[in-house]
Amino acid sequence: MAADDDFPIVAQGLNHWFGSGEARKQALFDINLRVRRGSLTVLVGPSGSGKTTVLTLLGCLRDVQEGSVHLLGHEVHGAKSDLLIALRKRLGFIFQAHNLHVSLTARQNVMMGLQVHGRIDPALADRAAAHALTLVGLGDRLDYLPDNLSGGQKQRVAVARAMVGNPDVIFADEPTAALDRDSGSNVVDMIKRLGRERGTTTVMVTHDNRILDRADRVITLEDGRIVADTEAAPA
Amino acid sequence: MSRFLALLFGRLPIGWLQLTHSRTRFAAALAGVAFANVLVFVQLGIMNSMATATVKPYLFFDADIMISAPDANSMTEGGNVARQWLLQALADPEVATGTGLFIANVTWQRPTKALALTTYGVDPVQPEFLTGEIKAKSGTLQLQNAGLLDRFSRGLPRDEAAAIRPQTPLSFEASGTTLTLYDTFAGGGGFGGDGYMVVSDQTFLNLFPARTSGAPDHILLKVVPGADPDAVALRLRDLISDKTLRIRSYAAAAQEDLTYQQTKRPTGIIFGFGVIIGVLVGIVIVYQVLSTDVADHLREYATFKAMGYGQWFFLGIVFEEALILGVLGFVPGFIVATGLLTLMAKATTLPLLMTGQMAMMVFFGTVAACALSGAIATRRLAAADPADLF
Repeated sequence: MAADDDFPIVAQGLNHWFGSGEARKQALFDINLRVRRGSLTVLVGPSGSGKTTVLTLLGCLRDVQEGSVHLLGHEVHGAKSDLLIALRKRLGFIFQAHNLHVSLTARQNVMMGLQVHGRIDPALADRAAAHALTLVGLGDRLDYLPDNLSGGQKQRVAVARAMVGNPDVIFADEPTAALDRDSGSNVVDMIKRLGRERGTTTVMVTHDNRILDRADRVITLEDGRIVADTEAAPA
Repeated sequence: MSRFLALLFGRLPIGWLQLTHSRTRFAAALAGVAFANVLVFVQLGIMNSMATATVKPYLFFDADIMISAPDANSMTEGGNVARQWLLQALADPEVATGTGLFIANVTWQRPTKALALTTYGVDPVQPEFLTGEIKAKSGTLQLQNAGLLDRFSRGLPRDEAAAIRPQTPLSFEASGTTLTLYDTFAGGGGFGGDGYMVVSDQTFLNLFPARTSGAPDHILLKVVPGADPDAVALRLRDLISDKTLRIRSYAAAAQEDLTYQQTKRPTGIIFGFGVIIGVLVGIVIVYQVLSTDVADHLREYATFKAMGYGQWFFLGIVFEEALILGVLGFVPGFIVATGLLTLMAKATTLPLLMTGQMAMMVFFGTVAACALSGAIATRRLAAADPADLF
């Protein structure tokens, strides 16, 4: 299982289609990918190139139609829903839209990232959520409802929610799009540090040049195909 | 509330938080559930009132066995029974006494409205066959052409009814006979007539010269203490020569009448349908409320699903909401329905009552309908890929 440990994500011969009948259109063509543990991999490409589709397939958010995705040592293609649920619990997601629950406060939203692991001492969950929010600079907005937070602040709550459960893999779709320069680089710092200290692997879709510069690997997609794959020189 | 629910569920009370997030939507949802409750309550109240009204006249009399004509599906329907069968019945050692009961409608032509009074002719020297107020006041029935009137008769002003006393009797003419009302008793309108009246068998025959003392509408019997009315009735069926007669215990007769009213008479069937339609409409309303709520939160649920929450978690949220809506919607629904039934009872003098049994049925029915609706509404979530729902 050494290979699984080193490469938590392995995709082979991944093809994907959208629509049905006449409108059926292939979105991904033969994607092969191995992502090294603890690395920050960035997917780039023009819109419609299939970046988000790759991300959702790797993250168990979409059924694999053809090919294989090996995630954290388990085959995802054709997996039962119990396995998918168990795998999702080990992942952290940061979506393009923040997708916070509008009826829950910032702290409660982050707690949802913890409670997915089962019953947890409320005081402990409270402290962990507050800590995660403080890390993203929202220590003074703990009990705000999403409607009372700015776009960037909401995005940072989503980041805290994704990281609070200490996931093995973080999937992020344009996580810094709504962030200013400082909070954007804070998020990247945090992701890099998690990679270094805990071996958290991150796959991210982004156009943000500040992140591209600091990525371990940049994969470029065009029309559903990988057209370039550059590894940064080891620092 | 939120803290209490959090302890109860061992997780954040998401159902409560998202229901109360928008007060207007929450109020609308509660109003919907309350309305569904009112709908079912009123229909149930109407159906129950028919049962109560049907059984009511049976409570005026105290008997163990009732013998009726073969076509007497209810107390007021059917032909009469020859008195000779009463004599034959008395031959049974366990039959103690018996009496004839005459029933017909008397119309009291009043200035504003004609009252249709279901009139019972009873033997005033056998008060043991009467109950309550009628029994207590039956002495006056021995006077010629005397009557006791139902003071809750529909269309009879309360003060006018209250004025009828032995000292200040009230007379009116019906079918050529002058009747004098010496007192009143608590009856209460039914579906058949506006009210009730009790007279002696002699007075009854004065009112209806075509009837004879030898053929009452029903024969009432009392058994000796300790005897089983059902067993005696069974024996009488052998003993009495006319095999077509309906001979059954008094309780069974009341039950037969009720079943007949509910399943064979158009009113009973319509009321039954009213309940079914009420329940169906109620379920549709509750389903709309719950499925709209699930649809409104689909994006958020999809996010939770992406995070690794399973189907049970979503069912838990929906059941939590179902319980909250069921309980909080029931309270206003119950209050409004009780008020409506009281108003309707006043207007119709029908026994339209809110009963504990109705309340339990509607309450648990509502919570179950809410839970089921929510469970159906979350199925869409179970089938979809989280990525398709964002």
